[in-house]
Amino acid sequence: MTLAFDAILIATVLAVAGWTIAARETFAAVIGFVAYGLLLALVWVRLAAPDVALTEAAIGGGVTGVLLLGGAARLRGVVAAPDAWPAATLRLAAAALSATVAAALAAVVLLLPDPAPTLAPEALASLPATGLGNPVNGVLMAYRALDTLHEKVVLVLALIGVWSLAADRAWGGIPGQRRPTRRDDALVFLARLLPPVGIVIGVYLLWAGADEPGGAFQGGALLAAMWLLAMMAGLVTLPAVSSRWLRLALVAGPALFLAIGLAGFVIADAFLAYPEAWAKPLIIVIEIALVLSIAATLGLLVAGPPEQAPPR
Amino acid sequence: MSALFGLAGAALVGLGLYGLIVHPEPLRKILAFNLLGSGVFLLFGVIARRGAAAGMGADPIPQALVITGIVVAFAGSALAVALLLRLHQISGRADLGADSAPPAGNGPT
Repeated sequence: MTLAFDAILIATVLAVAGWTIAARETFAAVIGFVAYGLLLALVWVRLAAPDVALTEAAIGGGVTGVLLLGGAARLRGVVAAPDAWPAATLRLAAAALSATVAAALAAVVLLLPDPAPTLAPEALASLPATGLGNPVNGVLMAYRALDTLHEKVVLVLALIGVWSLAADRAWGGIPGQRRPTRRDDALVFLARLLPPVGIVIGVYLLWAGADEPGGAFQGGALLAAMWLLAMMAGLVTLPAVSSRWLRLALVAGPALFLAIGLAGFVIADAFLAYPEAWAKPLIIVIEIALVLSIAATLGLLVAGPPEQAPPR
Repeated sequence: MSALFGLAGAALVGLGLYGLIVHPEPLRKILAFNLLGSGVFLLFGVIARRGAAAGMGADPIPQALVITGIVVAFAGSALAVALLLRLHQISGRADLGADSAPPAGNGPT
């Protein structure tokens, strides 16, 4: 029964993936990609990784989908000239190369060592010292906290990169195009109905992440989605990117993370180490600051570079 | 069991790589690159699943790496889309053909 379910799920995932490559219309391909992200989340559930499933559904499918949809809408009507397609021989060569890479990876999968190496017992054994109950969150916030800190810095750097693409007259201005004045009543209704629920679920994901699947990424992505929804319906206007409180919100998470990490030299015995009695409160304080920064950064990354002049 | 998902991940990498090379539209290349990345993540997921031990369904370390990877992949995609839209805004084109002189009087505004 489950084998049949898995086989059908994999067939659907591969079919939708093929569609996103083969579809003629970019818009249709992007819609396919959103569906693909949601199906992939199901695959992650089947792989006993609910934390990854939540992240894939929220960021891989959801927020990336909105980003690509926005790009496709702006580039509507721009179609590659027929002669821009590579010649048949080159396409054949590309297909052969791709098939070879896929076959090599498939061989690796089939030849993986048995029994598989695992760090699960070690991760579980040290978990009480962090005060957390979710081992994935333990890896993210304690054992491999350095990766998570780097990732937060990457997010902020990507946003600086996006902002630096602004035209001169919009430098430091308001991200995105001015919204059309025509109100889309269904969208406004949804944007009023969903955020109260979404915000509660987002905060719950953050809080529950200590012991259950969830965490700062998933909660932050959901908060960002609610912000984007209200943004698209025209219910909230974005602040100018030169606004001080906005920049403060963006760096609060990584900065606090780094500060507590540096304090680890004094209060514990290493960078990003927590004293055992204080581990859980410190992690929760970091996560609360992170969730705000993640939500703000993800939302602004989707909104794009400033396109309206800053208010005088 | 999980090998089936591993094979699917390998196929996704192949599909994404093909789209990345062949598609002339940059937005479709970004999409294909995301497909390729998700295939790699899926391979990680299979390795995590095989590492199930100590009462856990999967090894938490690869899972945490994948979560970090998904977020970084999104940041890269957002930067790529912003670069593409800016290229379109300045030059009126959205392709990666050979560079030509930009039309006069249509520089950065």
